[in-house]
Amino acid sequence: MLLIYCPYCEEYREEEEFRPKGEAHIARPQNPEETPDEVWGDYLFFRKNPRGVHHEQWLHAAGCRKYFNVTRHTVSYEILETYKAGQHPASDRAPGVGTGGAK
Amino acid sequence: MSQRNRLAKGGRIDRGRPLQFSFNGVSYEGFVGDTLASALLANGVDVVNRSFKYSRPRGIVAAGAEEPNAILQLGATEAGQVPNVRATQQALYRGLVSSSTNGWPNVERDLMGVVGEMGGKFMPPGFYYKTFMAPAAMWPKYEKYIRKAAGLGRAPRENDPDIYDHINRHCDVLVIGAGPAGLAAALVAGRSGARVIVCDEQEEMGGSLLDSRESIDGRPAAHWVGKVLDELAAMPEVLLLPRTTANGYHDHNFVTLHERRTEHLADTAPPAQGRRQVRARMHRVRAGRVVLATGTHERPLVYAGNDVPGNMVAGAISTYIHRYAVVPGQRLVLSTANDHAYRAALDWHDAGREVVAIVDARDNPGGDLAAEARNRGIRIVTGSAVIEARGKKRVSAALVAAIDVEGFAVRGTADALACDTIASSGGYSPVVHLAAHSGVRPEWRDDILGFVPGKVAGLLPAGGVNGRAALAQALADGTEAAASALAELGAQAASITLPEIRSVREDKAVALFQVPHPKPAMRAPKQFVDQQNDVTAGGIELATREGFESIEHVKRYTGMGFGTDQGKLANINGMAIAARCLGQTIPETGTTVFRPNYTPITFGAIAGRHCRELFDPRRYTAMHSWHVANGAKLEEVGQWMRPWYYPRGNESMSEAVQRECRAVREGVGILDASTLGKIEIQGKDAREFLNRIYTNAWTKLGVGKCRYGLMCKDDGMVMDDGVTACLGDNHFHMTTTTGGAAAVLDWLELWHQTEWPELEVYFNSVTDHWAAMAINGPHARKLLAELTDIDLANDQFGFMDWRSGTVAGVPARVFRISFTGELSYEINVQANHALHVWKALFEKGEKYGLTPYGTETMHVLRAEKGFIIVGQDTDGSVTPEDLGMQWCVGYKKPYSWIGRRALSRPDTQREDRKQLVGLKPLEPALVLEEGAQIVLEKELRIPMPMFGHVTSSYYSPTLGHGFALALLKGGGQRMGQTVYLPMADGQVHAATVVEPVFYDPEGSRQNV
Amino acid sequence: MSDAAVFDVNPAASVASESPLAACRPRVATLANAEGAGVVVRERAFLGHLILRGNAADEAFVAGVEQALGLPLPTKACGLSLAAEGTSSIQWLSPDEWLIIVPGGAEFATELRLRECLGGHFAVVNVSGGQTVLELSGTGVREVLMKSTPYDVHPASFPVGRGVGTVFAKSAALVRRVGEERWELVIRRSFADYLYRWLLDAAEEFGVHIAD
Repeated sequence: MLLIYCPYCEEYREEEEFRPKGEAHIARPQNPEETPDEVWGDYLFFRKNPRGVHHEQWLHAAGCRKYFNVTRHTVSYEILETYKAGQHPASDRAPGVGTGGAK
Repeated sequence: MSQRNRLAKGGRIDRGRPLQFSFNGVSYEGFVGDTLASALLANGVDVVNRSFKYSRPRGIVAAGAEEPNAILQLGATEAGQVPNVRATQQALYRGLVSSSTNGWPNVERDLMGVVGEMGGKFMPPGFYYKTFMAPAAMWPKYEKYIRKAAGLGRAPRENDPDIYDHINRHCDVLVIGAGPAGLAAALVAGRSGARVIVCDEQEEMGGSLLDSRESIDGRPAAHWVGKVLDELAAMPEVLLLPRTTANGYHDHNFVTLHERRTEHLADTAPPAQGRRQVRARMHRVRAGRVVLATGTHERPLVYAGNDVPGNMVAGAISTYIHRYAVVPGQRLVLSTANDHAYRAALDWHDAGREVVAIVDARDNPGGDLAAEARNRGIRIVTGSAVIEARGKKRVSAALVAAIDVEGFAVRGTADALACDTIASSGGYSPVVHLAAHSGVRPEWRDDILGFVPGKVAGLLPAGGVNGRAALAQALADGTEAAASALAELGAQAASITLPEIRSVREDKAVALFQVPHPKPAMRAPKQFVDQQNDVTAGGIELATREGFESIEHVKRYTGMGFGTDQGKLANINGMAIAARCLGQTIPETGTTVFRPNYTPITFGAIAGRHCRELFDPRRYTAMHSWHVANGAKLEEVGQWMRPWYYPRGNESMSEAVQRECRAVREGVGILDASTLGKIEIQGKDAREFLNRIYTNAWTKLGVGKCRYGLMCKDDGMVMDDGVTACLGDNHFHMTTTTGGAAAVLDWLELWHQTEWPELEVYFNSVTDHWAAMAINGPHARKLLAELTDIDLANDQFGFMDWRSGTVAGVPARVFRISFTGELSYEINVQANHALHVWKALFEKGEKYGLTPYGTETMHVLRAEKGFIIVGQDTDGSVTPEDLGMQWCVGYKKPYSWIGRRALSRPDTQREDRKQLVGLKPLEPALVLEEGAQIVLEKELRIPMPMFGHVTSSYYSPTLGHGFALALLKGGGQRMGQTVYLPMADGQVHAATVVEPVFYDPEGSRQNV
Repeated sequence: MSDAAVFDVNPAASVASESPLAACRPRVATLANAEGAGVVVRERAFLGHLILRGNAADEAFVAGVEQALGLPLPTKACGLSLAAEGTSSIQWLSPDEWLIIVPGGAEFATELRLRECLGGHFAVVNVSGGQTVLELSGTGVREVLMKSTPYDVHPASFPVGRGVGTVFAKSAALVRRVGEERWELVIRRSFADYLYRWLLDAAEEFGVHIAD
């Protein structure tokens, strides 16, 4: 049960209000019809699954209905930061010790 | 009714309030304040169970959560049965009925005991696997008897009459464990004004202070406990939860607490103030910081015969004497490797019973407690240990010998000391379970000979669990932990003055786990490591010899640490033995993973209020009461309860559906279509957005018009469909499938928020605002004309138009769309007025034979027309082209809409993709099974290539035969071919591949 | 003004109307009157509910809303503006979304007034048929809420004048604190039966009274 800071509601909310939506920053190629099959296939189907820091997209389903991004360590589950859709993570800093995330 | 082991005075029991209870059919007496275990010991009950595997008689070993043997069945009634209750944690109540969970036919005379007595030679680890391995078909027979002989309690056969619930809590500081460290932490946090929750698994808070020989501020430690609890109870932001076990520690300081609210009162919760009480409650706590003050569990020594009733951990003796005024025997031998355990002998001596000897593994114990024992003239045998307990159903003697701890050997010969009780102490293991739930492994500390919690952010261990068990240390550590917790939260900690403790000097303990025996472990009488799972030192040794080197493998091979016990007493001893056998250190060997729950939890508390009619939300439409009153059979669609069909009289489902189908095709029928998802779209870029999100074009759809749309994911696969109406130039009303409503809204938001935020458009759900009723059939216009002011002439209000007006006096939007192929109007009204309109339609509709129809008829009618249902005829691998719906694909739209690019990938252009076709069974009455696989050859062989499957299949009263929709490889090229459908029962059905539109292919009926 | 299609969905002459709870028959034992009840539940049925969408950073939009409704637009997360008489309110739902509740029947006029006062990109959606309001009062309410939602309802975290959208049992609700001991739940029509049953079941131990 993660505790996630919603950058739109500006407070921590319980995980059950949210839905995970997979890897963040998957941008749709600008000119799809000119995009080669392989690049389009990568966009559609290939996702990172790192052991470590990962950027994820979440939806605040039971709250403000906004999509936002979470930088989370996939081993410790520590959440390093959350930020709005369209924004970039502040850093790719290495996670701290332990499971973290407590407010 | 004698309580022969009860002291005349002392203890925290109420002698003025005796309680009757029974165990294995015998009636006994105890007192308010007793646990079931203390009451059994008071009455001199030695054997409480038969062991799991060897059926050896077993007695009470401990006084708390770590008890491995006294796992009992509770309940006076069938519905009140509770399995696997630890007698040490069960408060005694009037009329409590308990019994052993193991032992067949009974605990005193046990058939499996004969097997057990033949000994370890016959039942090594893996005995059941090895012995009953072949033939596999016989396993169910073996299992029946093995389970009967080795059960661990049974579930009630009647419904649980009690209620349970969950509660969400938030606090700054959660203190787990109300012993000295926990209470000190709570006091600091509470006085600082923080929101504090203190939980403790026992009946009374105070932990080790309740059975302490020590004094605080010159008074008995228990007095300080009372004072602190009074102060905490008066603080408005402090919540005290006794009888509450922290059973799981989860991410980001989320902790689940299991509170037993009435289990100390009766089998089933008694009413309070005339109302039902919650029996057990799960607190879901989100804590800013957690102070973990769970203390330690004393490790018993592992010596031969250490499971004979009368063998106990030393601290339990002190607990039973101090808290319950029970001395569980007459003559005690204490075997110890540390000073602290001397308390058991001193307490025993204080109680006026005989201490035969203290046997200390150390050569020269010199602490304060040893000195006191010497002063009292108690015999201390040094450099020695109890190497074997003698006796069958009760200890009769202890064999004591000098041992070489380092060399793991017995020196010289053993003396037999007559006694009935052997207390042992190998040291104290911090209760690290909760911290380990985080996934962070515990760390070994040589100075305390135990594992302490690894570093977990937000979790602060204090007191015994932190390796600071001595009273003064524990109090100071709790204070510091709370101050750190508050500082981390940015709060100021109140200062408290620590009470005065007279320090007790203790000598260094020696590391002793398994006690050596003259015979090798495999030959010696069994030396039990895990009594609940009947795991012996010899078994662990055998496991390591057979090649199990990882402690996790040893655990799984032997069963050590499994079950309700989770290795509370056994694990460290087992690891130490494995380490010795493997020639490793204990930290090299490591611990097994501890998982929630810390102690077993009743399913009721896990389910909480989410059961019976509240198990899952049920969604209803505004017309639901009418459906029920008119006999509808309901179908759950997602969470919606939809009418499935409306049987009349004794009609079967098939008869009702055929009647409903005919009514729509020949007269007029009505469907409650309210469950369809509805989304309102407003903004100047609404039309552009639709162009991008749907496969087809929306640029030219005028106000007053509707259009069917297909929605794909960007991989080109169909995800939803529905009709969208143009309400105004920048204003649309979209409908989705019933099941897809929420997902489609999220989907629209996803693209708008993350890819196209520049588009000016807003989406909102209006699913619940509009109730929708679809009247279908040749008489639909005549019926509607009687109730509406809308001009229904075909040239004024054509197919795929919508109009607004009133229906039965209620403002309505009427959509002329059809999911049946018949003349159809879908009437949408504000849901509060819907039942009025629905009833008005029936008043006017009687003369037309207006027939309500449900989802089953809807399915038949739409399938006759070849209309797909997303999720039934598609499965996320089907493109619009696979469905033959090229007519719904805007290949020329300028923007590369969602799914467009993928349709030109080689994979989506393969000729052998599965395509939607119709199937007509050669046998007309046959209804093919949905999901049936399609093959091209009649003669079966294995393996044979499969070419597709049936997605929808019904009997059509209109066509007079069964028919189906199917996805078939290269289906478009197979029209007229015969395909085969082999069934599980050996039959092979044959069907002809046909176009998927079976009825009115020109679509003339909906256009009239 | 906007060019969206507007439509008054209320009948000119009164017809039989049913709130989402009209057919709900909970099984829980309830108290006959409020005295001694730890929880009093009252449905505020048939109110006007409008969803407003727009840009809170646009001063004209903020001013337009206040002009139309006479209530300030809450632009801080989870804000709730309440009219002094308690007849209408605006609740922040997301940075560009608000729930407006007005007396039953006033929703269409309110929508028209908003469309008159607002310009640029905005939306107004009538959802009056799709939701209802439950008012909860009494000493047991906070615990009933704690049993139902993971959101922290402690006064320090949930002062009067706050409203949040959150999980409620296995569904969702808007939870609003409208007075010291008074709370409101805004719930969806189709989930109303489930949530009402849930609420009464959770409140039973405190003694629950259903008020008219």
